[in-house]
Amino acid sequence: MAGFFSQLKQGLVKTRQNFVDKVGELLTGRRKIDEELYEALEEALIRSDAGVNTAMELVEKLRQEAKNRKLTEAQELREVLQELVADLLGAGKPLNLAERGPTVILVVGVNGVGKTTTIGKLANYFRREGKRVILAAGDTFRAAAIDQLEIWGERSEAEVVKQKEGADPAAVAFDAIQAAKSRQADIVLMDTAGRLHNKVNLMEELRKVKRVITREIPAAPHEVLLVLDATTGQNAIQQAKLFQETAGVTGIVLTKLDGTAKGGVVLGIQGEVRIPVKWIGIGEGMDDLRPFVPRDFAAALFSGLDEADG
Amino acid sequence: MFQGLSEKLQETFKKLRGKGKLNEADVNAAMRDVRMALLEADVNFKVVKDFVAKVKERAVGAEVLESLSPAQQVVKIVHEELIALMGGAESKIQISPKPPTIIMLVGLQGAGKTTHAAKLASLLKKQGKHPLMVACDIYRPAAVKQLEVLGEQIKVPVFAQAGRAAAEIARAAVEYAFKQGADVLIIDTAGRLHINEELMGELQEIKAQVQPQEILLVVDAMTGQDAVNVAETFHARLGLDGVILTKLDGDTRGGAALSVRAVTGCPIKFAGVGEKIEALEAFYPDRMASRILGMGDVLTLIEKAQEAFDEKKAQEMQQKLRKQEFSLEDFLEQMQQLKKMGPLSSIMEMIPGIGKQLKDVTIDEKDMAHVEAIIRSMTSDERRKPSIIKDSRKRRIAKGSGTSIQEVGRLLKQFEQMQKMMKQFAGGLPGGLGKGKKGKRAGLPFVR
Ligand SMILES: Nc1nc2c(ncn2[C@@H]2O[C@H](COP(=O)(O)OP(=O)(O)OP(=O)(O)O)[C@@H](O)[C@H]2O)c(=O)[nH]1
Ligand SMILES: [Mg+2]
Repeated sequence: MAGFFSQLKQGLVKTRQNFVDKVGELLTGRRKIDEELYEALEEALIRSDAGVNTAMELVEKLRQEAKNRKLTEAQELREVLQELVADLLGAGKPLNLAERGPTVILVVGVNGVGKTTTIGKLANYFRREGKRVILAAGDTFRAAAIDQLEIWGERSEAEVVKQKEGADPAAVAFDAIQAAKSRQADIVLMDTAGRLHNKVNLMEELRKVKRVITREIPAAPHEVLLVLDATTGQNAIQQAKLFQETAGVTGIVLTKLDGTAKGGVVLGIQGEVRIPVKWIGIGEGMDDLRPFVPRDFAAALFSGLDEADG
Repeated sequence: MFQGLSEKLQETFKKLRGKGKLNEADVNAAMRDVRMALLEADVNFKVVKDFVAKVKERAVGAEVLESLSPAQQVVKIVHEELIALMGGAESKIQISPKPPTIIMLVGLQGAGKTTHAAKLASLLKKQGKHPLMVACDIYRPAAVKQLEVLGEQIKVPVFAQAGRAAAEIARAAVEYAFKQGADVLIIDTAGRLHINEELMGELQEIKAQVQPQEILLVVDAMTGQDAVNVAETFHARLGLDGVILTKLDGDTRGGAALSVRAVTGCPIKFAGVGEKIEALEAFYPDRMASRILGMGDVLTLIEKAQEAFDEKKAQEMQQKLRKQEFSLEDFLEQMQQLKKMGPLSSIMEMIPGIGKQLKDVTIDEKDMAHVEAIIRSMTSDERRKPSIIKDSRKRRIAKGSGTSIQEVGRLLKQFEQMQKMMKQFAGGLPGGLGKGKKGKRAGLPFVR
């Protein structure tokens, strides 16, 4: 986790060169709690993409807590806020794995968020655990998407099941599950084409892919992971809602946290649909995947702010 | 989830005083709504702050136009300022007098650079140019292949070299372009984080090698608060010439457009509106402004309202509403005014909050014609006091209007309901036309 933090902080230091940040100043030292401080915290939350309403709600709760616990110092307030954020996110949840037979993980999301890369990283993770992994090339639409997945297959030493570009993704899903059954694979990671959640046809296609998977293995897909780009603003809430409706999302993978975006929108999402965040992406490499730890995430939301005056 | 700004403002202004000049208290109240709307649309916090301050300055003391409500007046000012900030439509590529013209696409991972390289190439080709695409994304698996596949689709050659640095490839591509007679070079670069020193250096290196006419930042329209950091850093390192805003076919409000424009001052030159190669459009600041505010095409509506409505009559109507003296006669008159504004369905679409609900509502122009015919077949007594219309009158009216007794009955019933509703909303004039999801009727806030 150390690497993740220092990277996050590095990012924040850079950001600060552009934006003079008062929050850190306000939160450190022996400062007393006052209105300015609450406003600064609300601002920090909004700037993390938590959304105005979520930010206001959190700060309101914070005021209550501060009253109840009779807090007086800024530093204490920050800890309570981190607690509240972590509570909102819920406990980190491990992946649901099949007790017997292959575990099928369907990976969905809008264009360019990092689905294929995440699959590469997950393949690597499972391979390291000694699992036999099959990658299903379900993005039959985007140019060279299949080639991209094949490269990840080589890197992680996972077998790729594919058809031609333009093929029916549900048919690819079917093939992959048959292959997994006959080869006794442990994990099937199903890639899908990026699609905007407001495209009805494409969402229907996804529904069909899921249906075919469930038809072949009733308990599958065991996980439906929605990949969200941490750079995304409030639209991620809409994404979560609609992918949830169509595909029954069981977990979120929050990617690109190695940038300066903080991914605060996952807080806003919890207010609308409760979907646990399971993994975070912190780079383009095979190892740049980490389990999601709510408390660490909460700390990172406000991290780097300490040195704001330095 | 999002409530259009003008709806919110309407609410806010209900509590406020009616007409004349916008005073400071009114404007402050309105600016709270404006601020919320912009933040909900993902406009950067700091950009919002500056923007609101500017608009406030202009709005305080502004004359409220005869035909507008204070809320409309504020919307108008906000809208105008947004458009001004986002600049005129400048969807032009600077073509170099000495070919080849070099265009370089840069941006974060997953923004849509490769796809837009192909879209631009295809567009330029249609304009009679001879583009060449250059594959400088040497990192992402199968990125070169992706560009090659796209090149094949649109019949545009792709220049790629394995095992060389990006800047060398770009340089070699320029020489190749000379030989091949290509007049536009489109350089696709790898997605990168703005804080990645090494990779930002690589872009500077490419720039130094080939001196592009256009360095375009490709930005995902769904980007949140971080858009300013990204745009500012790319601009500082490379000196951007413009922006391509992608994935606008989604349902994002797209506040990033404003943020990016505000921190770089660069025009947004193109908008990506789909995965297909042809899905590339000019950027329209006015549409974008409405979208960010979540207001449909509100300005058009305000303009139309301004043209169509006789201010005096509107005020009389308002009076009647307050006193609940609104009769079928008045209703008929309202319909005439509405008709002047164009087809009803297009008006409804422009009204914030109704657009989305339109799916559940069928506003049939034919129905409207029937309603009109029915009212016209009534005597003026009947119009003023519909309660006197019993069976025999209904039969006569149905006959006279060429409709059925049931239709006449339905209209009377609806009108009765409408009058009840008016008691609840004495403020605005209910449209009585659209029925929202929860049976809540959406009023016509602009018919004042
Ligand atoms: N910095 C960073 N980049 C990432 C991360 N995850 C993915 N990327 C990059 O984001 C870009 C898009 O990733 P893909 O995996 O192709 O995304 P996708 O969702 O499969 O895209 P489509 O299939 O085209 O919709 C690539 O350049 C990846 O290297 C991450 O955690 N951090
Ligand atoms: Mg992909």
